Amino acid sequence: MAALDSFNSTARRVPSWVIYALGALPFAMLVYNSLYGGLGPDPIKGLEKELGEWGLRFLVASLAITPLMRLGLRMLKFRRAIGLVGFYYICLHFFVWITLDLALRWGQIGSELYKRPFIVVGFAAFLMLLPLALTSWNGAIRRLGAVAWKKLHRFAYVAILAGAVHYVMIGKVWSFDALFYLALTVVLLATRLPFFARQRV
Amino acid sequence: MPFIPDLRWSDVTPKAQFLNRRQIMAGAALLAPGMAWGAGYSTDETPNTLEDITNYNNYYEFGYEKTDPAAYASALTIDPWSVEIGGMVDKPGKYDLSDVLAGLPIEERIYRFRCVEAWSMIVPWQGFELSGLLNKVGVQSSAKYVAFETLVRPEEMRGQTGTSFPYPYVEGLRLDEAMHPLTIMATGLYDQALPKQNGAPLRLVVPWKYGFKSIKAIVKITLTDKMPPTTWNILAANEYGFYANVNPEVDHPRWSQASERPIGGGLFGGRKDTVMFNGYGDQVASLYAGQDLTVDY
Repeated sequence: MAALDSFNSTARRVPSWVIYALGALPFAMLVYNSLYGGLGPDPIKGLEKELGEWGLRFLVASLAITPLMRLGLRMLKFRRAIGLVGFYYICLHFFVWITLDLALRWGQIGSELYKRPFIVVGFAAFLMLLPLALTSWNGAIRRLGAVAWKKLHRFAYVAILAGAVHYVMIGKVWSFDALFYLALTVVLLATRLPFFARQRV
Repeated sequence: MPFIPDLRWSDVTPKAQFLNRRQIMAGAALLAPGMAWGAGYSTDETPNTLEDITNYNNYYEFGYEKTDPAAYASALTIDPWSVEIGGMVDKPGKYDLSDVLAGLPIEERIYRFRCVEAWSMIVPWQGFELSGLLNKVGVQSSAKYVAFETLVRPEEMRGQTGTSFPYPYVEGLRLDEAMHPLTIMATGLYDQALPKQNGAPLRLVVPWKYGFKSIKAIVKITLTDKMPPTTWNILAANEYGFYANVNPEVDHPRWSQASERPIGGGLFGGRKDTVMFNGYGDQVASLYAGQDLTVDY
């Protein structure tokens, strides 16, 4: 398994800030596109959807780290960065929804947050990610203790699943993209089930 | 020096050009008093650019994305085109498009267009009043509704293959709605023929209803005494009713209809309140007197 070894030794040498730098690229691209017409006649919807989808991409990627480790790919050191980049995109997605899409109509924002099932699910996902992001630094792990921290961070499973479900619930028709992310999330979560987790590849 | 475009979509057709155009039209109206100019039916709001109107379309026959119709509608053959008009009419038949249009005055109608997805545009259509066509073919007294059908031609409409979406797309109006002077059959946009992605060669436009009622690429019109099935109602009856009048007080079950985002305002265009009957209440509210519009949504 020379390829695997060389991948792992390369990954060991790459600092995790590289993830933050790479993670900022789609955002830069989106800002450029939304200012210069690249998102078409409805840049707000385009920006909102893209930010949400990038957030989901990173969050789903963070779920892949553990299963990939079982296959021999060691990328654990990048997991926090991947998860946080995902969280940043979700924050921006939420921010764009409030400011540009709903245009700070607080009455409507308030009622949407409890009236619309897809928004309720998405908002719940965001709220669940919040404590995870806040406790993502080393000091928090020490203070909470590894066991409690690990337990808390299992919320990521529910939050990311809720995020994927939120995406599926939005459209007038079933969206292939949304169903793809949901399926991927379900598969990655299934690898955590005791039956699969026991299998060593 | 790198080329950095500083134009946004809303800049493509400058406002001055619209205004100038309208002055020309107003002048023309004075010169030719015999011609119809949509006597007071048009809004004086600034229309969206042709680029906005032709690149942001819901037309699932060509794909689910808003940009799909602009990308793929060119494959559609619209000449020759015929419309089968039947049911409770005096002169049923398969009419060539030129026979459909014969004798019907084409007018410009600048209408507000409100999509059920809570976005809106201002569209300068050209078309004729549907009532003109219906009168031409002779509506029988037993008729109560008008049913419309879109073309099915999967070899040219790529969205019609490999999908469970129930084609043909069908829509319908109550006869009084169909006969209303605001209800037009559009054949053009700005000063050109109707682009294919907007429903060429012939589409319905009912400005006080959500956009999905305004069926495109019509090949069949049937007068009937029964409320005809309509596509979105078949797909989700609790979300889309037969009437589909723009109504800020009746929300779509999954999103609010209280406000809308005008397309063309760029990133900071914001939102505006949605108006009952899309602002055409003075003309059409009486059609629904006595009806509970929370039931007949």
